[in-house]
Amino acid sequence: MKPNNGSKPSKDNKPGNKTKTIKAASPKTVSPKTVSPKTAVPKAAAGSVALLVSTIKGAFIFKSDTTRSKWKVRGPFFLGHIVHHMVLDPRDKRTLLLAAKTGHLGPTLYRSGDMGKTWKEASKPPAFPKAKNGEKGRVVDHTFWLTPGHASEAGVWYGGTSTQGLFRTEDGGGTWAPVKGFNDHPNYSKWTGGEQDGTPDGPKLHSIIVDPRDAKHLYIGMSSGGVFESTDRGANWLPLNAGCLAEFHPDKYPEYGHDPHCVRMHPLAPDILYQQNHCGIYRMDRKEGRWVRIGDNMPKSVGDIGFPMELHPRKADTCWVFPMDGTLVWPRTSPDGKPATYITRNSGRSWQRQDKGLPPKQAWLTVKRQAMSADAHQPVGVYFGTTSGEIWGSRNEGGNWHSIARNLPHIYAVEAVELAR
Amino acid sequence: MKVMIPSPLYDYTGGDYEVDVDATNLAGLLAELERRYPGIRFRMVNEQDALRGHIRIFINGVAVRDMSAELNPQDEVFIVQALSGG
Repeated sequence: MKPNNGSKPSKDNKPGNKTKTIKAASPKTVSPKTVSPKTAVPKAAAGSVALLVSTIKGAFIFKSDTTRSKWKVRGPFFLGHIVHHMVLDPRDKRTLLLAAKTGHLGPTLYRSGDMGKTWKEASKPPAFPKAKNGEKGRVVDHTFWLTPGHASEAGVWYGGTSTQGLFRTEDGGGTWAPVKGFNDHPNYSKWTGGEQDGTPDGPKLHSIIVDPRDAKHLYIGMSSGGVFESTDRGANWLPLNAGCLAEFHPDKYPEYGHDPHCVRMHPLAPDILYQQNHCGIYRMDRKEGRWVRIGDNMPKSVGDIGFPMELHPRKADTCWVFPMDGTLVWPRTSPDGKPATYITRNSGRSWQRQDKGLPPKQAWLTVKRQAMSADAHQPVGVYFGTTSGEIWGSRNEGGNWHSIARNLPHIYAVEAVELAR
Repeated sequence: MKVMIPSPLYDYTGGDYEVDVDATNLAGLLAELERRYPGIRFRMVNEQDALRGHIRIFINGVAVRDMSAELNPQDEVFIVQALSGG
């Protein structure tokens, strides 16, 4: 039975309350402190922003002017392909990797060294080893998630797949090899469950995170399975789910088997982790090693279920979520048909509703886990894409929203990137 | 033998929809296509050497999925994207 988070409208949800700070509903469940970044805060960006948009029918690149007011679109790239993720390499700000398949053809990856003008297919896309005779082999249905490797490891990327698998390339995406420490871990079957334990579109390995302080320190999220950590470049893994509710599970606080929808690490305070989970919004100080539910402080009429979560690039106590209706049969749409982001600026002690410029009613938007992103400007630009093909943007950290595009195909991912000057 | 290629794979064959291949069985035919058009096999065959769910191959009008299916020089092979989807 999925959690019923309550969907009845209340005064918290009225338009007149849209900028009201919602105070902590349950102070006992959360005690995060305001975080000071552990490293020097980088200067805010000021150039053009690009939105890398992945859809069920191809990919698009939206490029802004320096004011982020006007956008020009290129694409579609790979029209008709199901593109789950397109990511820019932050190490050279020029190389794109794109994960694609079609409804009929198998999965592959494409690489561009010139921001999408030309593409080259991977010669060895992610694939599981051939099974021994008599054994059932695993098959990659699609690559779902791409993460560039550590800044010190040029050419290294990680890929997360469905069926759940972790893969690594060291040549910029041309050839991929399984991360055996995870894919062949003795607990793999227990951790990943079976086919029935995935999303309607299959089980996913996602949210691959590389610690900026240590290339060997990795995190992954699995839907389902939970959050897992490796400190030896993927040779071994341990569950990292203490404190996190799995309401659909017989044991409500199991060691693994959770459904993290989106896990984020703050780049300037890498011991601070956030996750938008199937059962709520959580934060962890890694030194404490326990997830704390900060979504309890969301208004009860909205709840704290959703897919995406995005962090402020310079403030580790600031993040955005896009709540969805997780009641009864899980419509996965904006609660009550009134879309909004919610922002916390104090690590989840309180949340503010942000809906100015968004449709006030009868807007049943769904935003998937990779489809919300932030740029590095000041104020920060926040963007999200919907399954109904709309891209919305805000130049002031969610204070006002405006339409950037509509009538696109179903959007899987939006990545905001700063372009090289 | 003549091998008919479906349109989703024209990117690999340079637009050719009919190619001549020498092979004694289906596995050999797919290997030869891969040699000529790198990457094409994995779009049709998964890592467990099974035809993907929405790919069909017909030899002289008969559907086959067995990679050891024999081929003769006069055979006609049709690779088909199955009718599926909405």
